[in-house]
Amino acid sequence: MRVDWTTFWPRILESTGETIFMVILTLIFGSILGIGFGLLLYVTRKGNILENQLVFQIMNIFINIIRPIPFIIFLVAISPLTRLVVGTTIGTWAAIFPMTIAASFGIARIVENNLVSIDPGVVEAAKAMGASPFQIIYTVLIPEALGPLILGLTFVTVSLIDFSAMAGTVGGGGLGHVAMTYGYQRFDGSVMLVTVIILIILVQLAQWLGNTISRKIMRR
Amino acid sequence: MIEFKNASKTFRLGKREVNAVKGVSLAIEQGEIFGIIGFSGAGKSTLLRLVNLLEQPTSGAIQIQGVDLATLPKKELRKLRRKIGMIFQNFNLFSSRTVAGNVAYPLKLAGIPKKEINERVSELLSFVGLTDKANDYPEQLSGGQKQRVGIARALATSPDILICDEATSALDPDTTSDILRLLKKVNHELGITVLLITHEMHVIQSICDRVAVMEEGEVIEVGSVFDTFTNPKHPTTKRFIKSVENDLPSAKLLREWREKGGKRLYRVTFKGEITNAPVLSQITQKYSVDFNIVHGYIRELQERLFGNLLISFEGNADAIESAMIELQSIVDVEEVELDAG
Repeated sequence: MRVDWTTFWPRILESTGETIFMVILTLIFGSILGIGFGLLLYVTRKGNILENQLVFQIMNIFINIIRPIPFIIFLVAISPLTRLVVGTTIGTWAAIFPMTIAASFGIARIVENNLVSIDPGVVEAAKAMGASPFQIIYTVLIPEALGPLILGLTFVTVSLIDFSAMAGTVGGGGLGHVAMTYGYQRFDGSVMLVTVIILIILVQLAQWLGNTISRKIMRR
Repeated sequence: MIEFKNASKTFRLGKREVNAVKGVSLAIEQGEIFGIIGFSGAGKSTLLRLVNLLEQPTSGAIQIQGVDLATLPKKELRKLRRKIGMIFQNFNLFSSRTVAGNVAYPLKLAGIPKKEINERVSELLSFVGLTDKANDYPEQLSGGQKQRVGIARALATSPDILICDEATSALDPDTTSDILRLLKKVNHELGITVLLITHEMHVIQSICDRVAVMEEGEVIEVGSVFDTFTNPKHPTTKRFIKSVENDLPSAKLLREWREKGGKRLYRVTFKGEITNAPVLSQITQKYSVDFNIVHGYIRELQERLFGNLLISFEGNADAIESAMIELQSIVDVEEVELDAG
């Protein structure tokens, strides 16, 4: 049973919108949480401005537990919590919640890695000029790491497009849902092809945007 | 101005303890340029960081104008740090900020209004000679220019003290001289006390008033640069001086000189006023002795002259003896063992 493309385009358009919505919101929430976690990981490291072994180790182990779980399994495993927070496990909002959790842990690691690569001498200079730990975080660490950080977030965005498709297969809406119900379950190759092409275009756009912004920040 | 009172710093590396600074007592006077020299690992970098409490002393105390920084609450400490500018070997500029942005940074931290910041930044950039680079980013600058930005940034909050962590070690000799001149200007024109650490004796020689020599965490010799250069006590100090002033010809030259039937060699050292008098010429004429300067130098140190010459004398042995005795009453003379080279 083939879809009627004259009436199906609006459906595709709507799903594309849902996918973009999920990705962007996840990116916003995930970045807020992830940058917070990443900064906390970095500043509590040994020898750093707010060294705290206990906080660092707990965060470190927690992230290492969550991150290796494949997203499709994490999505299902976390569904009781999703129901508790969002009220349902179906629809875009229900997809955004687990995506945000998964993304924030990935972003935390990316943020931490980028911060570690900052020359400690720059932090020392700021300290010598009388900067408080909080001032060091937002006037030195974040601006100095911003270029590579944008590239890291771009990488995450591409993964999120992937995540959103997976979330779609379990009732999250978006292009994944369309590809699954029309393309896979009804054997309509043309739907599959169109969704794949749209996903590729989205990934290309995200990567281009990320590259452009980071190049502007890093001036190269 | 800055006083170290039996200050020590011990680092714990795993199970090993490293005594980076051991019981240092040192007083740096207001308005002087004080240099600390030592080989790498001597503890001078740690000692420097005790001044603005980037490192906490394990024992002892450091006082800045009578205030022990370690006793201050964190907020007060950060305020006081603005009165201690610091520059670094690797400049440590913010790559995300322009030259002007780097210089403005400490002023922003201090909460100074934007208009005042802009005025102060252009004043500072003109002081270090980088007005035309205000909108460049650090990666567009040469090493010397980067250090000038570092100095402008360190001076932004009008400090009383400037501490320099190997500030010229990453620079070529020409640029080093430029930066040293600038540091001297900071000291002379702004009256800022400069405390620097270095492993290069010529840095001490060219700008410092006083010097402390450090080895294995301890200060082994302190004195005016002139006294230390003209009369070093500790073997390590002598090694540092040898690094800039070689007071013996090479072994090869000495051997050749001896093979040609060279006579006894005397080291004649003289300092200050005496360098203006034709002492050597007068005395040798009086006793009809010829002299030949084989090797040596005359240097200006802290606006005083210091000479160190290797001289051979020819003539009647008794006459040489008498000339030597008279010479010794005016300048320092010692015979040099030829095999010493």
